[in-house]
Order: sequence, then C-alpha cells, then structure tokens
Amino acid sequence: MNAWIAKQQYLIDFTLSSLARRKAKNLGLLIVYTLIVFLLASVMLFTHALRHEAAHVLDGAPEVVLQRMVAGRHDLIPPGYLERLGRIRGVQNKEGRLWGYYYDPVVKANYTFMVPNREPVPAGTLVVGAALAKARGLAVGNVISFRSYSGKLFGFSVARILSPDTELVSADLVLLNEGDFRNFFEIAPGYFTDIALSVANPQEVRNVATKLAQQFPDSRPILRDEILRTYESIFNWREGIVLALASLAILAFAIFAWEKASGLSAEEKREIGILKAIGWETGDVIKMKFWEGALVSLAAFVFGYVLAYLHVFHTSAMLFTPVLKGWAVLYPHFDLPPVIDGFQVATLFFFTVFPYAAATLVPIWRAAITDPDSVMR
Amino acid sequence: MSVARPSHLLLIAVFFAAGIFIATFADAAWLRHQRGSATEQNRALVTQLQLTDLCLFTEARYTRHLSQADLHSAFQDHPLGLEKFPTGSLVAPPAHLIAAHERLDRQAAIPD
Repeated sequence: MNAWIAKQQYLIDFTLSSLARRKAKNLGLLIVYTLIVFLLASVMLFTHALRHEAAHVLDGAPEVVLQRMVAGRHDLIPPGYLERLGRIRGVQNKEGRLWGYYYDPVVKANYTFMVPNREPVPAGTLVVGAALAKARGLAVGNVISFRSYSGKLFGFSVARILSPDTELVSADLVLLNEGDFRNFFEIAPGYFTDIALSVANPQEVRNVATKLAQQFPDSRPILRDEILRTYESIFNWREGIVLALASLAILAFAIFAWEKASGLSAEEKREIGILKAIGWETGDVIKMKFWEGALVSLAAFVFGYVLAYLHVFHTSAMLFTPVLKGWAVLYPHFDLPPVIDGFQVATLFFFTVFPYAAATLVPIWRAAITDPDSVMR
Repeated sequence: MSVARPSHLLLIAVFFAAGIFIATFADAAWLRHQRGSATEQNRALVTQLQLTDLCLFTEARYTRHLSQADLHSAFQDHPLGLEKFPTGSLVAPPAHLIAAHERLDRQAAIPD
C-alpha cells in the first residue's frame, strides 16, 4: 500500500512539474473550463433557488382565479357573476379583485395598480412598492400624480412604502382605494378584473374548476396548482436563453474535448516518447496523464462551482440582472435563500469532470503504445 | 532540511478546496436562516393581497403576470406584432396552457 501511495506521489510530482512547464496553455485551459462550470452552475443554482422560493411564496396565492374571456382576450367580470358563483357547491369564499397596469411615462416604467380587499387603503393615498418608490424618488407623505387613460390628472399622497424585503412580489405595486381605482380607470361599480375563490376542500378544487368552466363558458379558471407549475417550469432547461447558454457551453466543451481527443501536441508526444525510452511503462504514462486530466477538471469544477455560489447568493446573481431585466425599468432587488440540490451538483460534477478526464486518456493511450523512437521523431 | 514536494502542496490545496466546497453548504444553511424572514414576509403579502405572480419581469403584461397570461398574448398587439420583449425569450408560457392533452382524435369515430 505504502509503495502504491509513494508511486502515485511521484507521478503527481511529475505531473505537476509537467503542467508547470506549459504554464500558459494549462492556465488558459483551466480558465475556460472554470468559466464553463461557472456559467452552468450559476444557472443551475439560481433557477433552483428561485423555483423553490416561488413555490414557497406562491403557496399563499388564491386557490382559483376566474378570468372572463371576450374574443380571446381577458375582459372585466360584469355585475352578477359573483352572485351566481355563490351557488356552486364547494366554493367557500369569493372576492372580486381589481387590478390593472399603468405605464408611467416619467420613468418609462410599468406599474401594477391593485385594490387590497383585506386592508383597504384610505381614499386619496397610495401604498407603493420599494423599487417603484426608488425609481420615482418617493418618500412617505410625498404627493404623486398620474394622468389616467381618460386624460384626467389624479394626485395621491404616499401613505406607506412596502418593505424592500418583499420586492420579489411587490416591486411595481401601487395599492389604492377601490373608489380611487374605479375613478382612475373609469370602471363602473360591480365590475371586477377577475375573481379569487377559495375552496373548502382542497380535493374538490378540480371539480369546482370543472363546474365553473361548465356554468361560465366564457370564463377561464386558473388553479393555484397551475400557478405553482408555471413557476416550477420557469427557466426550464428546454426553454429560451437557458437552452442557448447550455448549448453554447456544451459546444465549447465538446470542442475542448475534441481538441484533446483528436491528438496531442508534438511536444506532448515527444515527452511520452522520452518517458518510454527511459523505461516508463505504458500504464505509468496513462496514470500520469490521468492525474493531469483529473487535476485540471477537479480544479475547474471546484473554482467554477464556488464562484457560481458566490455570484448567485452573495452578489444577487449580478451577471444575470441585465438579462432578466430586459427593457424593464423596475427590477426587484432580492436575495434568494440558497437551496442547493445535491443531485444537481452531482450531475454537474459528472458531466463536467468525467468526460474531460476520459477524453484525455484515449490519445495518451494511442501515443503510449507506439514505438518511442517513432513518437520522438 | 526537507523541501516541500509538489504532491504535498497539492494535498494541502485539495483539502483547502474541499473545505471551501463544504463551506458553501454551511454558508447556504446560514443564509437560508438569515433570509427566512424575507421569504415569510413575501408569503404573507401574497396571501394578504391575493397575488398570483412574482414581480420578476415588469416590461410586458404577459410576463409580469406570467400565470395569468394566455398563450398568444405575446403576439396579440397587432397583426404581425411579433414578440419583441427580451423576457419573452426567457420564460415559457403558463404551464396549464402547454400541458399535454389526451389524443382524443384516435378514439373518435370517423364520420362517413
């Protein structure tokens, strides 16, 4: 056992000095490899933590939201709908929601105006999200005016700013009184944007949705379960930019592996020839090169993963912000609680470390079994 | 006097790297504890205001309320109004709109 350890030690000593001889090339390799792992790990850590957070936070969302559709578009719920809903067995509670969008030309941002049903806001005042308050430079007591879609100017005073800790759900929210909302958007009493329903028995939610769809053919029920599934599949690996990033990274990695697998540099071949000429066995050469591949890929994995962790959870995924923000002016500042899936980390390890280590062995084996004299020439 | 061999230095580096790797998990547990209150505040606000979506993408109405959008809303602004918002390429349509349905056509009788 001791002899085996000593032999591996000598092999590692030799491998390290061999790597040090081609410092620039190996350092470049390590940096590119680390970047690939960093990119993949960042996407993986960010999406997993965000999905987890969304599932936990949106667990408090309404069990069923009923929208009305007119000519394929979302339309207002007319008076009388709420009363008819009460006759459906299983519906425990029903509330008409009032909300809508407002484009603020001052800062070129979109806001979500909403009427809170449970804690009404006094007339003439607003409760605003922290990101919006920052964008407009608002403080409690300030007066802000918005021009409605009918052209009239409405002034409100800011009663409260929502906690910056809740920006993930409230960055663009403007909470206002029901009367103010109806006047501002000119929505007649009795009309609502949609209806939030709670169902007494969670097992009955699907049955209630079926009954709703039958009794209100112009409506579309959206279940909480479906809201949660929407966020579960957010940044799905098959979708959009994630696929683009992953395929680029995989392509870069394939080029990497191909470069290694398609042949060795003349210098490396000469080195193998000399080793064989001075008495190294084929097995020793392969072991030495195995150590080389393993050291480079392990180092790249650890560096890449740790950098990705710091990036996602200690800098709020700074590099992703411009991508996620798009053309939006308001973007929430949020620090995700880290949730790391061990299986995902293991998968990342397997798909980044093993192919590289394996790809380096094939050409080495080919060179190592050939005649030292011909390899050195 | 013995000179430190490269393999010994490597061993130290491996232990150090393993330590940092494990430290990320410990740090994650600590941060989860630290940030737990913000998550609970978010959850309480969602329940109180009956919110349905995260405020991740405010640039377009169908990405602001992702779960409330319909499948073609990205293309409904005007004829040939192609999707132009960057976030439209980031996220998938709501889950309930793209769920696979039973292939009923194979069970239906073909009329004469």
